Order: sequence, then structure tokens, then C-alpha cells
Amino acid sequence: MQTLVAYVENKPGVLNRVSSLARRLAINIDSLTVGPTENETIARMTIVAHTDERGAHRLEASLEKLVDVLLAENISTRALLERDLALIKVSADQQNRPHLMELIKVFRARVVDVAPESLIIEVSGTVDKIDGLLEVLRPFGVLEMARTGRISMTRGGDLLQPPAPESANSELESTGSSVK
Amino acid sequence: MKLTGAEILCESLTRLGVREIFGYPGGAILPVYDALGKSKLHHVLVRHEQGATHMADGYARASGGIGVAMATSGPGATNMVTGIATAMLDSSPVVCITGQVSSKVLGSDAFQEIDITGITMPITKHNVVVTKAEDIARTMREAFLIANSGRPGPVLVDITKDAQQASAEFNWEASAPKLPAKRQRKNHDQTEFDRAVEMLNTAKRPIILAGHGIMVSGAMRAFEQFVRAANSPVAMTLLGIGCFPANDPMNLGMMGMHGEAWVNNAIQEADLLIAVGMRFDDRVTGDLRTYAKSARKIHVEIDRAEINKNVQVDAALVGDAREVLERLTPHVQTCDHSDWIRHVAELKGDSAVRDIQSLPDNGHLYAAHVINDIWKETRGEAIVVTDVGQHQMWEAQYYHHNRPRTLITSGGLGTMGFALPAAIGAKFAKPDSEVWVVVGDGGFQMTMSELATIVQEKINIKIAIINNGFLGMVRQWQEFFYDKRYVATPLVAPDFAALANAFGIRGERITKRAEVVPTIRSARESAETVLIDFRVEQEDSVYPMVAAGASLSDMIRRPNDPLVETATEP
Repeated sequence: MQTLVAYVENKPGVLNRVSSLARRLAINIDSLTVGPTENETIARMTIVAHTDERGAHRLEASLEKLVDVLLAENISTRALLERDLALIKVSADQQNRPHLMELIKVFRARVVDVAPESLIIEVSGTVDKIDGLLEVLRPFGVLEMARTGRISMTRGGDLLQPPAPESANSELESTGSSVK
Repeated sequence: MKLTGAEILCESLTRLGVREIFGYPGGAILPVYDALGKSKLHHVLVRHEQGATHMADGYARASGGIGVAMATSGPGATNMVTGIATAMLDSSPVVCITGQVSSKVLGSDAFQEIDITGITMPITKHNVVVTKAEDIARTMREAFLIANSGRPGPVLVDITKDAQQASAEFNWEASAPKLPAKRQRKNHDQTEFDRAVEMLNTAKRPIILAGHGIMVSGAMRAFEQFVRAANSPVAMTLLGIGCFPANDPMNLGMMGMHGEAWVNNAIQEADLLIAVGMRFDDRVTGDLRTYAKSARKIHVEIDRAEINKNVQVDAALVGDAREVLERLTPHVQTCDHSDWIRHVAELKGDSAVRDIQSLPDNGHLYAAHVINDIWKETRGEAIVVTDVGQHQMWEAQYYHHNRPRTLITSGGLGTMGFALPAAIGAKFAKPDSEVWVVVGDGGFQMTMSELATIVQEKINIKIAIINNGFLGMVRQWQEFFYDKRYVATPLVAPDFAALANAFGIRGERITKRAEVVPTIRSARESAETVLIDFRVEQEDSVYPMVAAGASLSDMIRRPNDPLVETATEP
């Protein structure tokens, strides 16, 4: 499993170009999250892909060839913080509710909705943690689940920032449409 | 100055240096055609939109500039798909302009509406829909920038009809490209560079693999200086042919599936491969597990995505071929490789004995003879545009190109039907050059309608049909790998000479070797297009051959007496 971060233009069709590229390279995407950054014209993606280091290099380099991708980087080997968030609706009656609450406390999850027959649990953390909670909830009856997929960030001073605007065009123009 | 979107498009193309547009009109692009009529641009009316894209591609490959193709929405646009894919696989800078239904009805399945940007996403370097007249000038400038920068490729611009009809202020200076600000990677890596230099200076049996990237980068001189400094033999990819003179003693010729035996054997024995502007295509490497096992590898390549894609290399020098070579050459210590060069020459001597050119003339006509005679008669100076198949490989083997951009052929996609339209495009790019089409009877029948374009445009090219009555390369595979079960490969063709006459083109039919040279001479003397139907040996095969997926060392060689095997009375 390889983790890539990409900064892309925040406009229609870009997600399609990125996912279409992964499909063309026959790389299966485990999760892909996308959301705006502090600069609303730029979106940030975290792509988790079923591939090896070589496949990740190909994906990274191919992504950077897309005009709308500003930067793509395989961060798999770096010190990472990763988070996944899940909402899990689990059936809960009067008898098992106390037991459920115990488990929720152990996993540092939260109950965000209470109904007579069910609870919605919100949990965030690493993928392993959420998978672990899911495992113990299964016997109670998981009715519904929604997961965000992973977002990742390199730790500390290891910054991964989008390039400053207006840096690229001047450089490109000089090698552009001139007849070679 | 207020102009319509259509007028802005024509004005932008003119300012971008375009002279010819290859296209076909239709409803959704009609405003542009109306504006074209009032502009200085010359429109070449094709007979099928696939032809338009191949012409633009041929134009681009012959000139090094950008070829422009145009079509209407829907079927006009989808007919371009094969041509766009051909340009994509061979990194050819083509800009395709398609009309689109009005932005108000986009997505409603309107008449002749199709999502052409969706369809062409994986086969273009970039594509874009324009729905506003004021965006057209900037978008065209961006399209031209993208198409011919870095590793070139096709760009498609889809313009809605209302954007063509609406008026907008035209201000060229204010329409400068506004491409996203991408991170510029620092390509030069000193450790990789030093490792490459160390490998170059300690190699005993080096081979340089020369690819298309050398031509794209305009690195011919830098490459020659590098070859001299490295004192190493050079093997060519199909698309690399021409970037280094064929008559240079260091040039071994083409490598790979139909490369000459001495070239492939030399690669298998080498201790260092220096690949420049090539991508280790499967047609070049054969089985990767047995490919050049004793060689370390240096890869000079502009596209990072090609590094370690097929072949794991020991040093990757990412960047423009010319820049990298100019930096590299001063560090190369010229070593004495005379033993190695002599050994390679011996390999060549052994193979040449099997060469069909060395066989006595028995009156039969072989494709290799025809192509070799065209080479001799044109003194190797013509631009030759080939189709795909046996004749393409024979061209690569028997026409020796000394200058870049003189062999134009569909390598990556292997598109039959490419030759005739691409040659028309090449002729527009180089009107003073002699242009020859070398095409099979199968491929010719795919796009032969473009003969009418030749007549309408009054251009002068020479067409050599290598006619063996088979889809020859497929037949060869059936002969070698399917026990000679010739399913769907024998094909009926019209009388090509008579067909040419019907279009108003002179046509000849040749069946004997003695007639070849006089006919080529008389065709060259004509100021008009001439088509020659060469009826060649039907079941001849291209040798040597490395079967798909087999080791490069494992070549199928020409039988010692091919005449016994294949000769039939004509």
C-alpha cells in the first residue's frame, strides 16, 4: 500500500483525470480523499493505492504530467500522520447498550446520535484503529457505515506545500510552441 | 477590437504561426469555417477526419512544429480518435479543434453531441472545453504551449457553437497563457550524474540506444559529439531512425523485434547501455528477464514516468536530451573500444550473408528490392512515410536515412492507414522535399480516399504500394505461430493503377525486378503524384524476427535459401 499526496486545481473534471490515470495504469485505489485547501483554487488529495514502490513512482510521475496537477508526491516512506474518520450505525438495545458504551470509551470514539434501537458512533484515527473498533462492533450488528478514507500529512518541518502561483508560465513559454 | 469567437480562433491560429489546417466541416463548427474563408489560413479538405489528424501528425513530424486538425462535433470528433491516439503514443504535437453543440444544450444528447473530452482524456496530453468567446485566444495559446513543450503530445480543444458565435474583445497581449503554477522539479541529480560518468568511463562494451527524443529535443549535434566522445556503437529505435546518420560507421541500424541480428546480439553482449530519448518499448527489448543481462544501464529521458517503467536502470538522467548530453559529454573520457567495435563488425559480416540483397536476381520481385531501389534512386534524401506492417520493417532495414525527420511512421500505436494522409501533411510541411509513401495493400485500402485530397490540393507525392495480396505481417505470424492457417489475411484489392486513374492520378503496375528502377525514375521526373503498384512476392517474411515476448537472443533467421521456400510463378 502506497500513500501519495497531490495538489490539484480545484475545478471540475480534475478528479476524473486523476482516477482515469490510475485506471489506465491498472493501479487499484484503496482510498482517495479530496478537499479544498486554505487556498480555495487548490485542492489536496490523499491517494492510497494498492501498488509497490515502482507503481507509486509511475503514478506520481504520471500525475505530475497532468496539466491540472500542481504537485504529486509519494510520502509512503516518510514520517506520517494519517487519519480516517468513520460514522458507524450499530443496533443497540437496553441490554447491550452499557457494554457498547464501554467499548466506545476504550476506542476513544463518540456517540453522536442516539435512537431507541441504534446508536451512531463517530470514530477517527488510524485505519487500524477504526478496523479494530469495527471488528468488536460487528457482533452487535453494524447497520450502516460511512468512512472518509485516509488523509495524510508529513510530520514536523517536512512541509508539502503547493507551489507559489505565477512561477510556471514564464519558464514554459520559453520552451513552448517554437519550432524546434 | 470586438470579434466573434470564430474570428478570434482564426486570428489566434494565424498569430501562432499556423498556415494550414486539415479538416472537415459540419454543423457545430460552421461559424469557424465561415471565419476561415475570410482569413489567410489555408484549409485542406480531407475525406475522413482520421485523415485530418494523420495529416496534422505528418506535418508535425516533418517540420518539428505543430500540426492542426479540425472537425465538427459528434462523429467528426470521434473519427479523430485513432489519429489522436497515434500522435499520443509517438509524442507528436498535434492540436485538434472540434466544434461542440451550444453550451445551453450540453449534456442533453443534442444532435451530434458527444463527450469528446471524456473520450479523449487518456489519449491526449491535455484537453479542454471552451464555452466562452473570450477564453478562446488564451486557450489556443495554452494548447500550443502544452502540445510542443517537454514531451510533446496531442491537445484537443472543444469549442461550443455559441462560443464561436458570440463576440468578445480580442486582445492578444492580454490573452497570455495562464497555466496552473506547477512545481518545477530539480531534475539534475549529481549522484546519478557522477554514477553515469563512472559507468561511461569504465565500460568495455558500450552500446548507445538512440530514440525519437533526440529528434524532439533537436539534440542531433550534441548526440553526435557524445557518440564520438563515448566511442561507442549506436543502435536505433524505429522512431529514432534519422537522428544519427545511417552511413556513420558507428550506426548499427535498428534494434528490436525486426532489428538486424548483429544489433540485437551486440545489445545482449554489451556491458553498458546508454539509452537516450527512448522508452524500452516491448518491441525493442523482447523478454525483459533476458534483456541485456550483463549490461548496466543509463537512461537519458525527459519523462520521469518512463524511468524504471520497463527496465530497471542504474542511473537515470532526467531532462531534455540535448541539455543532458551537453552536460555529460565533457566528462566522458574517450576509451579505446576497438576490440568491441571489431567484434560487432564481425557479427555484422555473418548476418549480411543472409541478406536478401545478396541473393541472385531470379526475376522475382521482393519488397526489399523495391525499397532498396527507392533508396538508391532518391539517394536516401526523400522523406519516406510508411504504414504499418512488413513494408514498414523493410523500409527501416533497406532505406538508409541520414537526416532527421525523414522517416515518418506510426511506431507506438501501429496505425494502419497512417501513411497516405501523414505523407500529405509532410508534403505541406516540406513542400520542396521529395515525399514517398511506402504502404501495404491492406493499409492503403484503409485511407485511400485521401487520393482525392491529393488531387484537390494538387500536391506531388510518390506512392509505392507494396502489394503482396496478404495482410503480410499478420500472415507472417500465422505462418510462424499458427501453422500457416491463413485466416482473414488473404485480401482482394482493386486494380490500384486503375483506381489512381479514376482519381486523375497516374498509376503504374510493376511485376518484374527489371521494371522497378525505370518506373521509379519516371515517377520522380513527374511533377504530379504517381502511384506505383508493386506486385511483390506473396509469402515473403521479415527477418530476423524476435517472437513477441521471446528473448532478444532468440531470433528467427531467414532460411538460407528462401527462394525454394517462397517462390511462386507470378
